[in-house]
Amino acid sequence: MLLIPCPWCGPREDDEFTFGGEADFPRPAEPEALTDEQWADYLFMRDNRRGRHREQWCHTAGCRRWFIVERDTVTNEILGAGTYGGSP
Amino acid sequence: MSQPFRLDHGGRVDRDTPLQFTFDGRPIDAFRGDTVASALLANGVTLVGRSFKYHRPRGIVSAGAEDPNAFVQLGHGARTLPNRLATVTAATPGLKVRHVNAWPTLEYDVMSAFGLVAPFIPAGFYYKTLMWPRRLWPLYEHFLRHAAGLGHAPDAPDPDRYDHVHAHCDVLVVGAGPAGLAAARAAARAGARVILADEQAEAGGSLLSTHERVDGLPAPRWADATTTELAATRGVTVLPNTTAFGLYESNLVLLAERLITDQPDSAGSENGARVWRVLPKQIVLATGAHERPLLFANNDRPGVMLAGAISTYVNRYAVAPGSRAVLFTNNDAAYRTALDLTDAGVPVAAIADVRSDPAGDLSSEVRAQGIAVHAGAVVRHAQGGRRVAAVELCSLDGAPLGAVECDLLGVSGGFAPALHLHAQARGPSEWDPTLAAFVPRGANGIHPAGAVAGQLGLADALRQGTQAGSTAAAAAGCSNGSDLEVPRANESTQAFIQPYWLPPGGLARAKPQFVDLHEDVTLDDLRLSLREGFESIEHVKRYTTLGMGPDQGKLANPLATGVIAELLGRDPASVGTPRHRPAYSPVSLGAIAGRHIGPLADPVRVTPMQDWHEAAGARFENVGQWRRAWYYPQPGESMHEAVARECLAVRHRVGILDYSTLGKIEITGPDAGEFLDRVYTNAWKRLRPGRCRYGLMLGEDGMIFDDGVTARLDDQRYLMFTSTSNAAPVLASLEQWLQTEWPDLRVYLTSVSEHWSNIALAGPRSRDVLAAAGTDIPLDRRDFPFMTFRQGHVAGVQARVFRISFSGELSYEINVPADCARHVWEALVDAGRPFGITPYGTETMHVLRAEKGFIIVGQETDGSVTPDDVGLGRLLSRRKDFLGKRSLSRPDSVRPDRKQLVGLLTDDPNQILPEGGHVVDSPGPRRPLPMRGHVTSSYFSPVLGRSIALAMVTGGRAALGERLYVATLHDNRWLPARSCHPVFYDPEGARQHV
Ligand SMILES: [Zn+2]
Repeated sequence: MLLIPCPWCGPREDDEFTFGGEADFPRPAEPEALTDEQWADYLFMRDNRRGRHREQWCHTAGCRRWFIVERDTVTNEILGAGTYGGSP
Repeated sequence: MSQPFRLDHGGRVDRDTPLQFTFDGRPIDAFRGDTVASALLANGVTLVGRSFKYHRPRGIVSAGAEDPNAFVQLGHGARTLPNRLATVTAATPGLKVRHVNAWPTLEYDVMSAFGLVAPFIPAGFYYKTLMWPRRLWPLYEHFLRHAAGLGHAPDAPDPDRYDHVHAHCDVLVVGAGPAGLAAARAAARAGARVILADEQAEAGGSLLSTHERVDGLPAPRWADATTTELAATRGVTVLPNTTAFGLYESNLVLLAERLITDQPDSAGSENGARVWRVLPKQIVLATGAHERPLLFANNDRPGVMLAGAISTYVNRYAVAPGSRAVLFTNNDAAYRTALDLTDAGVPVAAIADVRSDPAGDLSSEVRAQGIAVHAGAVVRHAQGGRRVAAVELCSLDGAPLGAVECDLLGVSGGFAPALHLHAQARGPSEWDPTLAAFVPRGANGIHPAGAVAGQLGLADALRQGTQAGSTAAAAAGCSNGSDLEVPRANESTQAFIQPYWLPPGGLARAKPQFVDLHEDVTLDDLRLSLREGFESIEHVKRYTTLGMGPDQGKLANPLATGVIAELLGRDPASVGTPRHRPAYSPVSLGAIAGRHIGPLADPVRVTPMQDWHEAAGARFENVGQWRRAWYYPQPGESMHEAVARECLAVRHRVGILDYSTLGKIEITGPDAGEFLDRVYTNAWKRLRPGRCRYGLMLGEDGMIFDDGVTARLDDQRYLMFTSTSNAAPVLASLEQWLQTEWPDLRVYLTSVSEHWSNIALAGPRSRDVLAAAGTDIPLDRRDFPFMTFRQGHVAGVQARVFRISFSGELSYEINVPADCARHVWEALVDAGRPFGITPYGTETMHVLRAEKGFIIVGQETDGSVTPDDVGLGRLLSRRKDFLGKRSLSRPDSVRPDRKQLVGLLTDDPNQILPEGGHVVDSPGPRRPLPMRGHVTSSYFSPVLGRSIALAMVTGGRAALGERLYVATLHDNRWLPARSCHPVFYDPEGARQHV
């Protein structure tokens, strides 16, 4: 079980949340300008890091806000949480 | 019965409260305070089970949760529990106890005859032998299942109650032995909220089995007094009969609390159970240690027990587990057992001690009793069949030292900390050479204390427990500055151990030496595993099934570590132990399920018209969690007949459908149009208020994600309909894009699926019905044309009416507040009677839309289908970007051989193709046949008087009219058909525009 610190609601059990994969994969501003390889890279390729990992979580069964969690993928230790732009 | 092995005095059993239970139908006399195991031993019952693989006779080995043999079946009928340990089950009146894993009876087990044919099945046997020849596997499987049963399930629903408890506390103390009680007391005195859990019926642990004193009191009385103090302390919860079976990330601990009653006939004395999900701030781990067995030939004979368990049976239960004992040890602990036996009047014939010079107070005391101590000696063979009769001793280099008659052999190979919980959560541990065992190191709010931390002496355990409780309370923010008060006990020196793993060689192969008694894994199996290259302990485990039984290898794994290290000539620290996983002990499925069973297993969603549908005789189908009316058979009507009647009613007159389950999302804000432009493939900003448009939503991979109609209610307000099952995923996806990618857009999303019910009127007379029900909305086709929306009243209720159609007929979808929906539904049905209105369900809805070639997301599409594949390429805007657009020009999206939506018409108009059936060019002899596609929807169309089907076929659109064949699913036939345009009825779309 992970205790995930929602920036708006505080720490909650992980079954209230949805995992959204790695963070920091912004949608390209001009998709049509990309080559097939560049678009495929955005679409399919993720780093799957060992260790510190920034990832997206949504407090689905709570405030329904998406936010960013930094987690150690080896120990599952949660190192911090941040919001998208707005402050909690 | 006389309880011939019950001692005359002593023990904690209540001799004034006798009781009786049965073992395999035979009455067993016991006292309150007994476990099933102690009562069986008191009655001289030594054979309690047969082993898993070889069905060898097995007896009680331990007095706790580590026992590999004493698994029994409790209760009967609906109230029965398999895989319960006799050693931790309280004896209660009327309890029915049965052996497991022997057939037909424990005494005469047919399967042990197996042993005569193939004396020992080597490790890997299943992989190597039973998989070949493959066709015989079902036979082997039948045979093995019969042979290897481990109890049976209840034969009816369990009447007992199970529940889950969510709890928080400052300090959770696992284990109520000396360290755990001291820790709980210190934490409670510091003002912490404490939960103290122990798997036994009464707190005390090893304190209940010792003659030592604590704070001047006999140890059991100190345990009782401390438990009483704790139970009376505000904020402290003491949980007996409660096993902590799992420790997870964030230090979530799962406890299984067995609810014990004295009622006769209850399920093995358990009336239900509770699983506690505890999130403590700090954890004191006081789980003790398990004594390690020692290897010798026939070390599985009943009568071979752990030395410490013998002391427990003698001191705590006043039972002599035998009448003449030998002890075999590599440390001091067995000497304490020798003294306990002597005190109880049981003669000790000899002690074999691995160590060449067993010195110390205990050994002097033992010698003073006249007990023969053989230094530098080991037991190499236990003689006897269903019980030990004698043991053969030898020196460490194998020289015979003669045999000693006995019916009880106590062994002690040292102690291995019960670090299972700690290790489950990947807590660190290190090899302690003085204990020859892994000892956990505290980390992340977990404080090991007492024997689990390697402190085997009583005074040390009390001191460390007190310290751990105090430290944990302080770390949890509780401290009142009071002085630490450590309970006093006699200091003892830690017994030194001489590791002893491998017996001397030279034994006959037919004499097995069991490393894992439950799984029947022998020393030879470990040797074979290493010889064949499986050297990692995880590989050894998988190859031999070491530690895979319901006992989780509590005794076997610590022994195997040392044995493998010695066989490989490596340091035990580098060998490690197999990964520990929950559950520590078997937990009943009822406890895990809790109340999430039957109607509470999953929510059921119904619409406001549910009662009406039931009264009208509807049959229902589940769509996700929704119950939806499927069809409404009239008396004597088959489903086929009912659906045909409903279909024709809509095509010729008028039908009414409860479509409330559709997902509805209100999208508001100044940028709502821009937002829709980004998520839908077509253009939205210029859609005028009051109009509706069909939209297609893709994933970024270009594949169809959802479809539906969206209406522009006013300048800054849209209402989006989603498919029933996609309502939540679509909302979640829209929210994610808004929050993570486009936070600058001023758009707000509100799910209104439950707030608005949706009633669809469909058919040429639907306008007449709506008018007759009473509405202030002008219904003339010029005032209210197709694909528009009007707001007004219907049957006196505020309504949003959409002129959209999923049937291809003139149709109105009437949205009203859910509270009023039943009234409006009934008003429409009443008003429609003169027009022959017919309620129809989801089956008819599907037939009608298939006749029109309308896709259903999830039926025609499967996550690998683009808009062009289903002929909706015209909905793709060229002038703007939208989600998934870039993917539509990827090479794979423009492959010429992509599957495309076509219609299929069978040669035989009454032949209905199987949905999912494979489509091929010709059923020729070539195998495998190249697949052209698959049938996605297939129905009988009443209005066309023949069958129709939709299919996804490679290159299908360019070859309309081609001859194809569809495979039947079960009887190997090929059904001939021709492809056609996927719109079967009213291809011009004239009917919905009238
Ligand atoms: Zn939240």
